[in-house]
Amino acid sequence: MYAFDYRRPSALDEVVSLLGGLEEPKLLAGGQTLLPTLKQRLAQPGTLVDLAGIPGLADIAAEGGGVRIGAMATHARVATSDVVRAAIPALAELAAVIGDPAVRNRGTIGGSVANNDPTADYPAACLALGAMIVTTARRIPADEFFAGLFETALGEDEVIVAIEFPRPELAAYRKFRNPASRYAMAGVFVARTGEGVRVAVTGAGQSGVFRWGAAEAALTDDFTAAALESVPLDASDLMSDLHGGADYRAQLVKVMAKRAVEAAAR
Amino acid sequence: MTHVSMTVNGRAVSADVEPRMLLVQFLREKLLLTGTHVGCDTSQCGACVVQVDGAAVKSCTLLAVQADGCAVLTIEGLAPSGALHPMQEAFREHHGLQCGFCTPGMIMTAMDMVARLGPDLDEATIRENLDGNLCRCTGYHNIVKAVAAGARAMAPASAAAE
Repeated sequence: MYAFDYRRPSALDEVVSLLGGLEEPKLLAGGQTLLPTLKQRLAQPGTLVDLAGIPGLADIAAEGGGVRIGAMATHARVATSDVVRAAIPALAELAAVIGDPAVRNRGTIGGSVANNDPTADYPAACLALGAMIVTTARRIPADEFFAGLFETALGEDEVIVAIEFPRPELAAYRKFRNPASRYAMAGVFVARTGEGVRVAVTGAGQSGVFRWGAAEAALTDDFTAAALESVPLDASDLMSDLHGGADYRAQLVKVMAKRAVEAAAR
Repeated sequence: MTHVSMTVNGRAVSADVEPRMLLVQFLREKLLLTGTHVGCDTSQCGACVVQVDGAAVKSCTLLAVQADGCAVLTIEGLAPSGALHPMQEAFREHHGLQCGFCTPGMIMTAMDMVARLGPDLDEATIRENLDGNLCRCTGYHNIVKAVAAGARAMAPASAAAE
């Protein structure tokens, strides 16, 4: 790792002013992606601004039927939260299959969403559930938040405070994970609400997480795995890498989508 | 340099460290607690697992400054000098060690498993929860047996006597 300075402020407005005033600052949440990145010298921040000292930033609360999850809530806490399990069990199940137990004890929802790794799990939940990303500056709907590989709508000195998830009628997440990295090679989150069905795909898209419109239309008419049988997915927009080609990923996406629908309808 | 203070195995320690120093470096190089191992250094293998405030973490993926103010437990802190913790004893009894390199991380992960899931662990649960710990001798069979036995041995006396 290159050398850097370290700050652990105790209030959000202090974080925002540090981000505006320091040379090359970088936010540190759980560090489960950032620290490996720093070890490989793929980034050289001037100062790490640790969010661990902000009171209340890991709180989880029921809100309007859904849940509001603080940015610093760890995957382990989301997976075992009674509030989350009661309102949106699919979200708790998603948190329980991120990384491994030790990683889940440190990694946070805010860090995952802000990083927008194209193979991360939470972006699919945010997009499928129509979540609201609450920041120090504004409220950003998930549909406007994810902006391509590792890109989001976040400004330079804007910090995610919480993510609000409305409660769906039915929802489930299924992923085919890479056994070495534990990231998704294809992950599909399906959610049905009074307004229709939303299907979000992670791990497969060349530009990161995306909504699969044709599947949403088919499932809104008929919420069964069979309804997905003849739904097209253009493989030319999907990733090809040493773990699998685009055609293989297209097939994986369809299989994961069917399994998610079956699990949600159960 | 940043000043850090924490308790490690119940002992208060403090030092001035570079912010980039990892917790595992702090434990091994500053405190000379070399029971915690560095295997892959990429958060994959789990040889470096310790507990921070009661939760198992990969100490190669945590800065020492992040553990400031925390209570850290390493393999050295499980039992008094010269004695074995029931989980350590179970690894010995069931040949859960082969080369022994992964053992400290396996045992600290097993301790976390018992704390979260209780002393009655079936094979599938143990294997699933050892997901983040790699044994390159590939001796998982006896490790799983050892974790199950160690967990049972950690049950309150009345339950263990059944």
